[in-house]
Amino acid sequence: MLEIKDLHATVGKKEILKGLSLSVKAGEVHAIMGPNGSGKSTLAQVLAGHPAYAVTGGTITYMGEDLAEKSPEDRAKEGIFLAFQYPVEIPGVSNAYFLRAGYNEIRKHRGEPELDAMDFNKLLKEKSKVLHIDESLLNRPVNEGFSGGEKKRNEIFQLAVLEPKLAILDETDSGLDIDALRAVSEGVNRLRSKDRAFLVVTHYQRLLNYIVPDFVHVLSEGRIVKSGGKELALELEKRGYDWVKAPAAAGAAR
Amino acid sequence: MDPVEELATKEYKWGFVTDIESETIPKGLNEDVVRLISSKKNEPSWLTEWRLTAFRQWQKMTEPRWPNVTYPPIDYQDISYYSAPRQAKKAGSMDEIDPELVKTYEKLGIPLEEQKRLSNVAVDAVFDSVSVATTAKDYLEKLGIIFCSFSEAVQKHPELIRKYLGSVVPTNDNFFAALNSAVFSDGSFCWIPKGVKCPMELSTYFRINAADTGQFERTLIVAEEGAQVSYLEGCTAPKRDTNQLHAAVVELVAQESASVKYSTVQNWYPGDKEGKGGIYNFVTKRGKCAGANSKISWTQVETGSAITWKYPSVILQGDNSVGEFYSVAVVNNRQQADTGTKMIHVGKNTRSTIVSKGISAGKGQNTYRGQVKVVKKAAGARNYTQCDSLLIGDRCGAHTFPYIEVQNHTAKVEHEASTSKISEDQIFYCKQRGVSTENAINMIVNGFCKEVFRELPMEFAVEAQKLLGVSLDGSVG
Repeated sequence: MLEIKDLHATVGKKEILKGLSLSVKAGEVHAIMGPNGSGKSTLAQVLAGHPAYAVTGGTITYMGEDLAEKSPEDRAKEGIFLAFQYPVEIPGVSNAYFLRAGYNEIRKHRGEPELDAMDFNKLLKEKSKVLHIDESLLNRPVNEGFSGGEKKRNEIFQLAVLEPKLAILDETDSGLDIDALRAVSEGVNRLRSKDRAFLVVTHYQRLLNYIVPDFVHVLSEGRIVKSGGKELALELEKRGYDWVKAPAAAGAAR
Repeated sequence: MDPVEELATKEYKWGFVTDIESETIPKGLNEDVVRLISSKKNEPSWLTEWRLTAFRQWQKMTEPRWPNVTYPPIDYQDISYYSAPRQAKKAGSMDEIDPELVKTYEKLGIPLEEQKRLSNVAVDAVFDSVSVATTAKDYLEKLGIIFCSFSEAVQKHPELIRKYLGSVVPTNDNFFAALNSAVFSDGSFCWIPKGVKCPMELSTYFRINAADTGQFERTLIVAEEGAQVSYLEGCTAPKRDTNQLHAAVVELVAQESASVKYSTVQNWYPGDKEGKGGIYNFVTKRGKCAGANSKISWTQVETGSAITWKYPSVILQGDNSVGEFYSVAVVNNRQQADTGTKMIHVGKNTRSTIVSKGISAGKGQNTYRGQVKVVKKAAGARNYTQCDSLLIGDRCGAHTFPYIEVQNHTAKVEHEASTSKISEDQIFYCKQRGVSTENAINMIVNGFCKEVFRELPMEFAVEAQKLLGVSLDGSVG
C-alpha cells in the first residue's frame, strides 16, 4: 500500500528526514517510535502533504502512485488520514458539518452520491454509538473548547467516519490520561481491518500495550535504525533509545 | 505555496446592463433640479418645500471627512439625479411591466410575476430611480398593511408620509441625508396597522442600471402599536469603470410593543481588483423605538460597494425597548468599509446588543465604528457589544473605534473585541479531511459569521452564505 524509499525532507532549510525507507501493507499496524526530534512527526506531516515540509529526495508510492505530486486534499480523498497531534479549532463550524464536507468530497472522488444532512446524521449517530462518543460533541464547533482528551477522541471519531485506507496517528497518546488512552485505543482497535493500514507514531511504549502493532520501527536522526516486532517496543521501554541511536553514533560506540 | 497569497476575482455575476430606454435628466444639481424631480413625481407643495429646505441645508454642509476611507472628491454637479425606465407610469398589473425589466429581475433571482414569486416574500422592485413593481400588494391590503413604492405612498397616504418622513432622520442630520432628502426619487413605504403581525417577509430589491446617475432612495417603515414586520433589502449594480453614488435614507419607527426587523444583503458592484469603479454606498439608516417595549433589529451582510459608510442605529426612546445590530462586513481587493452602529439609550431599562463581524481580505480596509450612549435618565440601560475581526492575508486591515458615553451610573455596558487570522494550520486541517482551500475558507468564514447569519430570515441566510463565498473567492490561493 505504502512504499517509502530513501526519503529526504526538509522544513525551512533544515533536513529532518535523511533517507527513510518503509514498506506498509494493507491490514498491518506499524509503530514508529523514536526520541524527540528524530523526525516522527515530520514523517506524518510529509505523508499528509503539509505545505511547510518539502520532499527533497526519494519517493513515496501510495497505492501504486507517486504521492509527492498530490495535494493534501487529493491524498485525503484517496484514503490517507492523519490524526493530528494538535487538532485545530474551527470556531462556529459544527463537527457534523465539517465532517460531512470532508465525507462528501471523498464520496464525490469515488464517484459515489453525496449524503444529505439527514442521512449523514444517521451515520454519525451510529458511529458515535460504536465509539461511545457523546452525541453532543457532534454539534459542538470543531475542537473549540474541547479538552485534550476530547480532541484526540474526536480525531479517532473522524477516522471512523471517513474510513481511510491508511491512517496515521501522530502522537495520539500525548496528553491523555489512562482512561482516555484506553478509550482512544479501543476506538482504533475497532477500526483495524485487513484493508486498512495504520502508522502509529508515538514516543512511549504505553500506547502499544493497547494498540498492539505488527511491526515496530525506531527512528533516529531521520532514518529508521531498527525494526522488529512488538517486543522491540518493550525493549525500548526498558533500555531507552540510546542503544539504537543513529548508525554513526552506534558505530562509534562499538 | 503560501495559502494566503493570491488574490484573484471571480466575475461579479450581477454586473450586466439592461438595455432599456430611460429618461435621465441632465447632470447637475440646483433648486430647479430639485423642483423638477418633485414635479415629475407630482408631489404636494409641502413636500417640494421640504426638499428645498433640505437642499439649502445641504449647500451649507460639508462632506464628512472623519470616516476611515479615502476616495477622490466627488463632483456633485457631474451626476444625474434622476433616471427612470421609459414607461409612462407605474404598471397597474404585472402584465404591463416592460418584459426587459421582468427579465432583469429574473436574472437577479427576483421573479416579479405573482405565481413565481418567492413564497412568503413580497417584493418592491426599484430600478434606478423608480419603483417598477410591488408584488403581493392585494393580499397585504386585506390585512390593512400598506406596502408600496414611496411615490405611490405620497399620492395615496400623504398624511402618513407627512407625519413620519424625517421624523427619525431629520433633513439636516448629515451631508448625505440632506442630499437624499433634496433629491430622493423613490423607495419603499411600509405601514403596519395596530396589532397586525405581517405574515410575510417584505422586501425591496434595488437595482442601479443607468450610468453616471446617483441612486437616492428613501425607505420608511412604520409599525404601529403591537405590530410586527420583518423587512429585507437587497441590491446589485452593473460593472462600470466609474464610481456611482448611492446615498439612501432608511427610517424605521416602532410604536409601543411593536417590532421591526430590518435585514440587508448589500451587494453593490465593489469595483475591480485594482479598485476601479464600484459603488459609493453612503447610507443613513436609523430606527426609533418610540414606544415602550418596542424592538428594532438591524441585520446586515455587506459584501459589495467600493466604499461603505453606514451606521444603522437605534434610538431607544421607549422604556424597556430593545435595539439590536448584527453585522457582517466583508472587504476584499481594494474595498473600504467604515460601518457600525449607534445605540442611543434614552428610556429606562433599555437594552441593546451589537454583534459585528468584520472580514478583511486582499488589500481591503475594514473599520468598525460604534457609539453606545446612555443619557442621564436612562436608568438600568444595558448594552453588550461584541466586535470580531477576521483577517485573510497580510495586506488587509481591520480597525475598531468604539465610542462609549455613559451618563447614568446604573447602566451596564460591555464591550468585547477580538482579532483573528485564518491560519495555515486551519486550512491544512480542512484539506487533510478532503476539503479544498476555497471551501475551507468558506467554511471558516461562515463559522465566524454564524451568530449574524442565524438572525437572517431563512431564505436569505442561504443566499448570504453563498454571497460571502463569491466575495471572498480567490482571496486565498
